[in-house]
Amino acid sequence: MIRLSLLQFRGQAVVALAALATVAVVLAVTGIQVSHLYAASGLASCPSAAGCPALASALLAKLRGDAAFGVVYWAGIFALYAVPAILGMFWGAPLIARELEAGTCRLAWTQSVSRTRWLAVKLGLVGLASVAVAGLLSLLVAWWVRQVDPLDPFGMNRLQPAMFGARGIAPIGYAAFAFAVGVTAGMLIRNTVAAIAATPVVIGAIEGAMIAWVRPRLIPPVHVTMPLSLATVQDVGTNAGAPASDNLSVSAWVTEPGGWVYSTRVLGASGHTSLGPQPRACASGSWQSCLDALGRLHLQETVTYQPASRYWPLQWAETSVLLALALLLAGFCFFWVRRLSG
Amino acid sequence: MIEFQLDQASGVATYLQLVQQVHQALRMGMLEPGDQLPTAQQVVAKLAINPNTVLKAYRELEREGLVRARPGLGTFVTRVPSGADPVAQARYLATMTDWLRSARSAGLGPDDIEAIYRTAFRNCFAEGVA
Amino acid sequence: MKGVIETAALGRRYGRTWALRDCTLTLPEGRVIGLVGPNGAGKTTLLHMAVGLLAPTAGTITVLGQHPAAGPAQLGRIGFVAQDTPAYARMSVANHLRLGAWLNPGWDEALARHRIGQLGLDPRQRAGSLSGGERAQLALTLALAKRPELLVLDEPVASLDPLARRDFLRGLMEAVAEHGMSVVLSSHLVADLERVCDYLVVLVASLVRVAGEVSALLASHHRLAGPRRDPDTLPAAVEIIEESHTDKQSTLLVRTGEPIQDPSWTVKPVSLEDLVLAYMSRARDEQVRGPRLRVVS
Repeated sequence: MIRLSLLQFRGQAVVALAALATVAVVLAVTGIQVSHLYAASGLASCPSAAGCPALASALLAKLRGDAAFGVVYWAGIFALYAVPAILGMFWGAPLIARELEAGTCRLAWTQSVSRTRWLAVKLGLVGLASVAVAGLLSLLVAWWVRQVDPLDPFGMNRLQPAMFGARGIAPIGYAAFAFAVGVTAGMLIRNTVAAIAATPVVIGAIEGAMIAWVRPRLIPPVHVTMPLSLATVQDVGTNAGAPASDNLSVSAWVTEPGGWVYSTRVLGASGHTSLGPQPRACASGSWQSCLDALGRLHLQETVTYQPASRYWPLQWAETSVLLALALLLAGFCFFWVRRLSG
Repeated sequence: MIEFQLDQASGVATYLQLVQQVHQALRMGMLEPGDQLPTAQQVVAKLAINPNTVLKAYRELEREGLVRARPGLGTFVTRVPSGADPVAQARYLATMTDWLRSARSAGLGPDDIEAIYRTAFRNCFAEGVA
Repeated sequence: MKGVIETAALGRRYGRTWALRDCTLTLPEGRVIGLVGPNGAGKTTLLHMAVGLLAPTAGTITVLGQHPAAGPAQLGRIGFVAQDTPAYARMSVANHLRLGAWLNPGWDEALARHRIGQLGLDPRQRAGSLSGGERAQLALTLALAKRPELLVLDEPVASLDPLARRDFLRGLMEAVAEHGMSVVLSSHLVADLERVCDYLVVLVASLVRVAGEVSALLASHHRLAGPRRDPDTLPAAVEIIEESHTDKQSTLLVRTGEPIQDPSWTVKPVSLEDLVLAYMSRARDEQVRGPRLRVVS
């Protein structure tokens, strides 16, 4: 059965290897250039990126000025999100659907091999291949960005939602999950084209839910309350509909280097949510005088965030959830394949 | 070696057709005692019929005493059917000629005589029917 | 008597429609068994249940003494050729043989190679570019090289031209002559079955209408012709399958174990094709009119 699955998978494997090889070559060539630029910038002798801000911003300016850098950087992120979905659509969905549609399952299930073993080998082989492709791609991109990522080249760090799924081992979890969704869709819909169409919809919905709802709760975030730092104030205004004695609204944003800030809330001096009336300087006056007025109010701010140190624990947590979902779907597939009629 | 034909439209069972063809071949001298009949596999390869049918025909011939199956070697002719006795055939020919003459003088035409003959023939030789 | 396939009140329902109902059969071993009936009669349903592709919703079925698809060992004793002989379109003939070898412990590689050579198939040709007849022969080779005790074929020749049909049946009969396996073969073409089957099951509109050895069926069914009369004048043991009357003559197709004593009836044999057609048209009439009841004492 293993040899048969390898035989059936041959064509797809060749395509994947060719694509990976191309990507590897592109990344190798451009990655060496990035390394040269990094070496030339002198940042290598700095103990940490925060220590030499001038050198860092000089390098980043140079990189951002290079169009090819931007293209490859964003392409890498896009690929790491797209590839799991593509694998789910084109390796997962047709895996069983094609056999059901063409009737070849009537040939396969009447050989001397049980349906369970047949499914197990197919799922195992192609699933492992999907995970390997995603893992390899993530490894290649991680090598490419190893020096540049800590500098937050486009204002995002790897813990933040946009990039988190395209770094580390998360793509492996997404590949396994997307593959499992594809196979399940194919098995339930029994039509290859319809399953290919349905798979990204399901993947998108679940992953959206994952990013918006599950990930923030995987590890409870840190809450820190500290005196309001005027440098973090973004906007000062009034709450519409609130009484004049209590209508001050201040929004602030704290940045945590390498961390993921959920929210920043400005509180009153004693920790209350009501901030009191808006100072006259803010209603009609310069920005600086408004800030000075705020400073006299001794406001506080509460930051809810994940510190940078939480990166790997969150990666493991999210990947585990995705792998668990994938295994659940796989378990369902084993149950369902025995109920299918040829 | 004898080669069998099959006439699916004749209404005669396949195994009987094979038996009759062996009888015919024996009568006409195409098969002689000691000759081997085709194996079931050879017959099947030519006619695409059920091999059990061939075996049934050969068992019938063996029951009639005309052939003998030798395990591992094949089926061989042992003797010629007794119905090929020329004296008996001449006697029946004479009886038949007399009957035909009397039918003709009674006014029966060739088609009437043919119809009577075919009905009698069918009733006599149709398989298993009262 | 142990049969190669035994069913007891077997049935399969889809929603509210019964594809097969109340099927009780004991198919003898060592025979070529024909399953004949019009399209949609339930032949594929019955065969799929026999090879474990479909689960029954009523009754039981045992194949070679075991549950269908009881395990890899039992699957190895049964060879199956599905309707339209599905094959992997982009896989070559040689790779199909490798599939057979890898998935079946009882695989006879020499037999497979010999047969493919005899058939003149190019091992490197993809199954998708084979003609219908060639694909059917490939499917038969895959089933035969497993060295099964039972071969099940679902309308294997339905979409083949007459020459390909004859070649397929010839190959099948040669294999039976050589290996002595039991065969269950379904078709809606009776003429083919008459050549190769020695046991027949007639299935119409999800019910088994008649089943038995071909020689016994032919011996017990007769065509009666005689002057116009009410068929109820026949003894109760005579079952009327089909009847037609003109103003002067009555013609009946009957089933009976005893000889017809009444000399006013002309008794003639019935061909297998006419026998099957009579059962099929009776079944269709029953569907339209309801069953015709007759008191049998």
